[in-house]
Amino acid sequence: MAYENIIVTIEDAVGLIQLNRPKVMNALNAQVMTELGQAFDEFETNDAVRCVVIHGNERAFSAGADIDAMKTATPVEMLKGNWVAQWDRPRKFAKPVIAAVSGYALGGGCELAMACDIIIASESAQFGQPEINIGVIPGAGGTQRLTRAIGKSRAMELTLTGKFMKADEALQRGLVARVVPVEMYLEAAKTLAREIASKAPVAAQFAKECVNKVFELPLGEGLDYERRHFYFLFSTEDQREGMAAFLAKRKAEWKGK
Amino acid sequence: MAYSTLLCEKTDGVATITFNRPDKSNAFDDALIAETIDALKDIERDADVRAIILTGAGKNFCAGQDLSPLLKFYQSGQPIPFGEHVRKSYNVIVAKIRTIEKPFIAAINGAAAGAGFGIACACDLRHASEHAKLRMAFVGIALAPDSAASFLLPRLIGLGRALEMAITNEPVDAAKALQIGLVNRVFSADELMPKTHEFARQLSRAPTRAIGLTKRAFNRALDCDLETALDYEATMQEIAGRTRDHREGVQAFTEKRAPKFSGQ
Repeated sequence: MAYENIIVTIEDAVGLIQLNRPKVMNALNAQVMTELGQAFDEFETNDAVRCVVIHGNERAFSAGADIDAMKTATPVEMLKGNWVAQWDRPRKFAKPVIAAVSGYALGGGCELAMACDIIIASESAQFGQPEINIGVIPGAGGTQRLTRAIGKSRAMELTLTGKFMKADEALQRGLVARVVPVEMYLEAAKTLAREIASKAPVAAQFAKECVNKVFELPLGEGLDYERRHFYFLFSTEDQREGMAAFLAKRKAEWKGK
Repeated sequence: MAYSTLLCEKTDGVATITFNRPDKSNAFDDALIAETIDALKDIERDADVRAIILTGAGKNFCAGQDLSPLLKFYQSGQPIPFGEHVRKSYNVIVAKIRTIEKPFIAAINGAAAGAGFGIACACDLRHASEHAKLRMAFVGIALAPDSAASFLLPRLIGLGRALEMAITNEPVDAAKALQIGLVNRVFSADELMPKTHEFARQLSRAPTRAIGLTKRAFNRALDCDLETALDYEATMQEIAGRTRDHREGVQAFTEKRAPKFSGQ
């Protein structure tokens, strides 16, 4: 698959997607999101990929959706193209996805990062939903995911003013997992991805699904969901191997079965 | 950008920013604030600049905020928008000086008061002329500290001395400043600039990236716990270990010659 707007590679067991429109701070348009979807499709069926890292460059993860491409759109055009639905792709992707964010993650860029499972931020990262300043609101999950991540009051403030939140605050409020100096953020994300990739694949997929269900289900149903998945894992070879290896004090060899 | 209230001269890898309103004791009006911010941004981008001197024209370093632009508020009885003013001016200047990863030297040629004093404290090193006089000044006109004086001064000289300076508003002369660690070195008035220039020229040949990472580590350690500081140091060391200058430093050491640092 040839990509024009993203760079897709595989290092060890980690699938890497770099947003690659540096001149427009990685603005996201229908083409980028289509390519992103294709990259996820490729990785989904490739057993050699066990974790994915999405990143931009030091200056910008992505400064947002491509406003120029939307300025004259009609609701029906937006609905038919429905490229905004692509923002949900990382959540629906079976394997864990890490967003490595440096510089701006704004609007659609912030929403894309939040759609990923873990955010690793550089010290220069800034997050925001400034859509209010161009007469709209976040449309790809911003109001929902930001609020779930940092709480209502601050999410309201950011969404209603369009102001940005810096990396340290994002860490303090739980939006990001870790803040790392800019020289190291991508490496830190890759190291984390390699570690996750070294775990039992089916268990990793279930862990992701179960954590994400927190935002969908009442607690009782979430606990049931988790427990059923836990029980189901006892049908895998990796459960037998994992527990045997633990008791024998050796390293487990995962089969992904 | 042509400056009207400051001079910014670049020679031998050293940028010298001179606050240049000598008839106003180099006090900050809006132009000097804007030009200082602009000069700092320019220095940040200019890879050839590897050390910076801040000083004042004439007899003084900087008297802090020039109150005359604010007179209209006093005359009209309107509230003075200090919060907004400070956020847009001194907060930006101090944050730039603390985070630009190059060494800053304040050459304190005379009075440094208020925000002028705060900015001197924000520099990495302070050289004073024998005529230097450092004063908090804020409480003298019934104001509270700004320009990070409350954050940096206690860290430089200890809480007790810092509060003494802040509350009594007594000036500290060069000899006392040296004794309490408020300045690093004192020179005669004639020698201050030549000696500081010479010192800065040496710094401009130092491993600038390593100095920058050192500043970052110190900034981080100002407000974190030991575990965080240790982990941050490890990360800084990882980054420093990858620089060209580190390789050069080690190679020069093994070859028993002086290192030639590029700053990269």
